[in-house]
Amino acid sequence: MAAYNTIAFKPELCNGCNACMTACATVKTGSPDHVNSRIQIVADEAGFELAMCRQCGDPKCVSNCPAAALAKDGGNGVIEWDGAKCVNCLLCTVGCAFGGIVYNAAAGHVVKCDACGGDPACVKVCEPGALKYLTTANIYREVGDLEDLFVPGLSGCQGCNTELIMRHAMRRIGPDTVLATPPGCIPGMGSVGYNGMTGTKVPVFHPLLTNTASMLAGVKRHYKRQGREVNAVALAGDGGASDVGFQSLSGAAERGEQILFICVDNEGYMNTGMQRSSCTPFGAWTSTTPVGERGSGKTQDAKNMPVIMMMHNCEYVATASTAFMEDLYVKLDKAIDASKRGFAYLHIYSPCTTGWRFPSQENIEVARKAVETNFVMLWEFDPRDGLRLTRSLDNPQPIAEYLKALGKYRHLEPEQVDRIETTLQKNVELIRDLAEGRRPAMAGR
Amino acid sequence: METRYLIVGASHAALSALQAIRMQDAEGSITMVTRDDALPYSPTVLPYVVSGRSHPSRVALQGDSWLAENKVDFIRGAAVTSVDAAARRASFSNGKQIGFEKLLLATGAAPALPPIPGLKDVKFHVLRSLDDAIGLHAALPRTKQAVVLGAGLVGMHAAENLAKAGAQVTVVEMQSRVLAAYFDADAAAIIETAFAAKGVKLMLGAKVTQVSPAGEAVRVGTDKGAALDADLLLVATGVTPVTGYLAGSGVAVDRGVLVDDAMRTSVEHIWAAGDVAQAKGFYDEAKILNGILPSAVEQGRIAGMAMSGDAALKPWPGGVPLNTYTFFGQQAVSVGSQDAGEVVRKEADAKHYLKIVMRDNRLTGIFGINAPFDPGVMWELILRRVDLSSVREAFIAEPQKTARAIMSRTWR
Repeated sequence: MAAYNTIAFKPELCNGCNACMTACATVKTGSPDHVNSRIQIVADEAGFELAMCRQCGDPKCVSNCPAAALAKDGGNGVIEWDGAKCVNCLLCTVGCAFGGIVYNAAAGHVVKCDACGGDPACVKVCEPGALKYLTTANIYREVGDLEDLFVPGLSGCQGCNTELIMRHAMRRIGPDTVLATPPGCIPGMGSVGYNGMTGTKVPVFHPLLTNTASMLAGVKRHYKRQGREVNAVALAGDGGASDVGFQSLSGAAERGEQILFICVDNEGYMNTGMQRSSCTPFGAWTSTTPVGERGSGKTQDAKNMPVIMMMHNCEYVATASTAFMEDLYVKLDKAIDASKRGFAYLHIYSPCTTGWRFPSQENIEVARKAVETNFVMLWEFDPRDGLRLTRSLDNPQPIAEYLKALGKYRHLEPEQVDRIETTLQKNVELIRDLAEGRRPAMAGR
Repeated sequence: METRYLIVGASHAALSALQAIRMQDAEGSITMVTRDDALPYSPTVLPYVVSGRSHPSRVALQGDSWLAENKVDFIRGAAVTSVDAAARRASFSNGKQIGFEKLLLATGAAPALPPIPGLKDVKFHVLRSLDDAIGLHAALPRTKQAVVLGAGLVGMHAAENLAKAGAQVTVVEMQSRVLAAYFDADAAAIIETAFAAKGVKLMLGAKVTQVSPAGEAVRVGTDKGAALDADLLLVATGVTPVTGYLAGSGVAVDRGVLVDDAMRTSVEHIWAAGDVAQAKGFYDEAKILNGILPSAVEQGRIAGMAMSGDAALKPWPGGVPLNTYTFFGQQAVSVGSQDAGEVVRKEADAKHYLKIVMRDNRLTGIFGINAPFDPGVMWELILRRVDLSSVREAFIAEPQKTARAIMSRTWR
């Protein structure tokens, strides 16, 4: 069975030309009258919005039909309407919360999008690219078709999430890039290379842990002076961002240097032997916060790096997870775009099979659990719109689901779990308040 | 026999519970038992079986192959007769007993017969089961004079079908307007006018005093004017939940089976959903009967999630009255409460009607005849109590467009 196809809509790209409605109405009825279009663009002062069938996975129109006239096709995912069975009761329109199935007076019955059998007319005429026809498989193929900018055979640990982040991020960002990789797992697994050869197919340099952002800022300024537009990107670990490299990072952010700084957060100095960093969470085992007669893991909470960076009022700040790749790709695009105007910071969580003590095949599941328990929250910030959640914080899974998946928390006492829970609630409350505008999302304004 | 999940009933609530259970528990044994000797069907489709638009062989909501795929032991033609909650066992009219771990009551409702003297001595129709509908359909061609008791959805659909089949139809209704549960007098007037134009006689505010046999026909006496002779009498004065089998079971019953926000009854291991259930209303906390198809679907899903321990269960938000009604090619839609707020827009002419009711800048009800808006989007606006203060004027002027924009931004 193939993945289901979807007509996706990006409201920020829509210019209200309504060509989609003309095309749809013409294909479906022979008349260009927009009232007959199965896709409805609605305009108001805030922009353009969309009402059309979402081909839901759990379609309420189908379950509300008393006559079995609607059914989801298990093969292509399209919800099919059978005119021979429909009794015109309109209960499907009660079930649909998207305005996706509506009574059409000219037809004398309800009408809905059928995705034109896999070749939607609306998408073909959308010049600004606000409508796209995509499948989950296509998203990965799209990235897969881009060039992998690292050589094969990097020596990351088995099941390494950071290697996925490097490869996916650089594929998406593209070859017009200068890359800085300060000491950490990323150069450690071979991206800066051995014996005069690099493992990276773009210009890469290996700054000190302390000066990554300032060195990258200088390189970027140099290219600008030469009149060359390049992406300046840092791939740093959480130690290189939050502890040792923080001074230069904070300075570059404050000056609005036009670079993208990606923090790959595996919650510690993993390549040098799993020491704690300021991003290591409370209670976690590391080699410097050992568990034994006296110690029972880290005794301080993690520094909230993405919020600290947001408080610099950067051009763009976001958090991301490899368990939510579509979200990660969108944020990479936005971050690169923002780095043409100012400082962009992306904080990507990277569960570490070796340092966190879990089986290597579980990496994406651990990343997903972190998000589903709200331990990791997915959001983005820009100075105009403030903080916006890109995944709801409602209905989280219990935090125990996450903690019990990781060996580094195996020793936890109930009171430690309570503290983790309390901190989590505070963090969630903070982000929720920021997202809902109850607290200003930037410093000094 | 023994089963993990026992579902009595096989319409919308039962089927959506079944689907929810299978999402969580792929293997646990499910037994679904229905009193009808038929595949699962919807009472809502019956007026269309009467009219001939839907053939009885094509109304099944799910077929044998789907039931087999979902590993359901489907037993038809067996009505539940009693429930022993302590022993976790239910008895059926075919003599069978079925032991269960968890039980869902989705037995729906049955016609409520009014206490009219003589009713038990005459032949009359009701419309709740597929057999009723097949019988009424067969009676259409030979009907010349029909009397319909009750101007609710069932009565009005039947009156239209009878009129289209060429019968002289009189509808007798105690209330002063048709479809009083869903529309106000001005909206009802549009519907009444359409029926009058097709020759249907509406006796509103009238009461049947007695019925008696008159040869092959039925003589219907009313408190208004002369008696009516009918060769077909349809009693459509509402329905009442089927709960008789719960006597002595300990399951608390008011007008329907009382349930909490997870569709649990007063007895552990027993849930109820759909027309049989009496659950919280949306506008106040009182438990109401809200026997409509969309509620049955939602309640069934919630019950199924609760029964199978699905952690994603969201509690029942409360029943909102809503319905759609098509008459002589015109569309009437009712979403929400007529009187839970103040009327902020109302217009009515011969063929068009629109009324919007709001409270504290939140939508509480919207009602239309031949007026385009998306009932599902409006229902969601009501359930979410979306604050419309920033778009109040636009919403009142263009409810469909404004609601779609809010939808697209808020729950895209």
